[in-house]
Amino acid sequence: MNVVVCVKQIPDPAAPPALEPGTNTLDRSGKLILDDSDAYGVEMALQLVDTAGGGEVTLVSMAPNAETGGLRTALAMGAAKAVLVSDPALKGTDALGTAKVLAAAIKTTQYDLILAATESTDGYTGTTPVQLAELLGLPSVTFAKSVAVDGMTVRVERQTEAGYDEVTVPLPAVVTVTAGVVEPRYPSFKGIMAAKSKPVDQLSVADLGLDGQVGQAGARQEIVDVAASESRTAGEIVVDEGDGAARIVAFLESVKAI
Amino acid sequence: MPVQTIWVLAEPTATGISTTSLELLTAARGLAATVEAISWGPNTAANATALGEHGATKVHDVGDLGAALPGVPVAAAIAELVGSGAPDAILIPTSGDGRDIAGRLSARLDRPVLTNVVGLIDDAGLVTEHAVFGGSLTVAAKFTGEGPGIFVIRAKSFAAEPSGGAPAEVVAISVPDTGATGLATISSSHAEERSGPSLDEAAIVVSGGRGLGEAPAYAMIEELAGLLHGAAGASRAIVDAGWVPYSHQVGQTGKTVKPSVYLAFGISGATQHLVGMKGSKAIVAVNKDRDAPIFSIADLGIVGDVHKVLPALIDALKNR
Repeated sequence: MNVVVCVKQIPDPAAPPALEPGTNTLDRSGKLILDDSDAYGVEMALQLVDTAGGGEVTLVSMAPNAETGGLRTALAMGAAKAVLVSDPALKGTDALGTAKVLAAAIKTTQYDLILAATESTDGYTGTTPVQLAELLGLPSVTFAKSVAVDGMTVRVERQTEAGYDEVTVPLPAVVTVTAGVVEPRYPSFKGIMAAKSKPVDQLSVADLGLDGQVGQAGARQEIVDVAASESRTAGEIVVDEGDGAARIVAFLESVKAI
Repeated sequence: MPVQTIWVLAEPTATGISTTSLELLTAARGLAATVEAISWGPNTAANATALGEHGATKVHDVGDLGAALPGVPVAAAIAELVGSGAPDAILIPTSGDGRDIAGRLSARLDRPVLTNVVGLIDDAGLVTEHAVFGGSLTVAAKFTGEGPGIFVIRAKSFAAEPSGGAPAEVVAISVPDTGATGLATISSSHAEERSGPSLDEAAIVVSGGRGLGEAPAYAMIEELAGLLHGAAGASRAIVDAGWVPYSHQVGQTGKTVKPSVYLAFGISGATQHLVGMKGSKAIVAVNKDRDAPIFSIADLGIVGDVHKVLPALIDALKNR
């Protein structure tokens, strides 16, 4: 079974984020790393291919620059190869434009199943995988907390407000996974060394025939204002000297919660 | 051009229409002359009263979907309806099914989506408000192309208020052939047992995170929530770790809560969590790390061990 995993390289969430002057889109000019949310899809894909007893995991990603550091992390986990759509014209692309790019790139690969995270950590739009499914004419199941493939059927436990639903869908399909789906492995030294020579195919927007549909203009939306939010100010912060519980009780009394 | 017509996705629940949907109807009637709902499931006729009370004059009923996941059939039906007369905007609640419907609809109509909207005003067209970087910045955005604009709006961005309108007129709409896309089906549903007030509506929310150390310690969170007649919540980290069900999750991908008091135990305060609770009236946090981001928004912060403070607090409340 061949599994495509959509992955995103994002600015390190540990570093303070910033908006670009002019467009007010997220500044992605610094070093990009593999979105932590994507490690779960990569791990799930590796396990499903392993269980199926054959096939491979292909990463599909897009970036406004030729960054591959994050892809190498996922290749080191065990993915076989990557397709990176890399083009300065992609700067400012929105969720639908991203789905168009990923759909076109995925059409160049062999796949039975497409996995993605429920949302990225930097943009958290959460619609790209479903937009992608619609563009590819595939069914989709989002918010998977478990995924199993049984012949040509995928069985998913999908998180719901009340609990979870058991959902079945025939292959090929798109499934988005939560961080509860599997525990990602750490890349081994051998994996890291092997990843250096794994193929990363780089495609441009023109290669995919998507000129004019992506980037800031293709997004058909603009940020018209950015302002500092009315901030909450920190109140009283105290070190517990055995009186922590009593302080909380006093606080709850003061706001008439008890 | 002023906003004329807004459609609101009215998500059915086991007992009626989701509160977020009613919030969006309330907001829509302040923005547009005509507000219509789109709903599905076996109970649309019964729900028409609540929809009308909150401002919808008409509800387009996709009907009973059987075992199908709602995303594909509902989006396909809405796309057909747009073909015979488009509104200025379609408002969709942030939820699993809401995001599925928004994504499918966006691709079908080839229209972009604005998600994580927390405010909406009419300023020569609809302008959205988004809280970014953990709520430290507010970004305003708008669509620049042809409509209808698709907006996915977070819970509790507006208050739901009845307007006293008559029951909405129920008009059936059909689902076109969706081919392979519509093949995902629900084979069984599992609801987790919960007691006490719901997380959405509780006046007091007590949440636990990774700092609790291990899953059994969450019992203290539930006990404290019970003593305070509140609801027990959780950070994404411990939901993902399988300690508690997803229905307890507070944050970006979980519930948005705005209780009178929010108590956070062993939660560091990742952006993902803060987005879901920073609207609380008062925040109390206990964490061993003085530099935890949660302390920057806490009214009372206790730097200490949750395994000491929680049992002492439970004892103190029991002895009151």
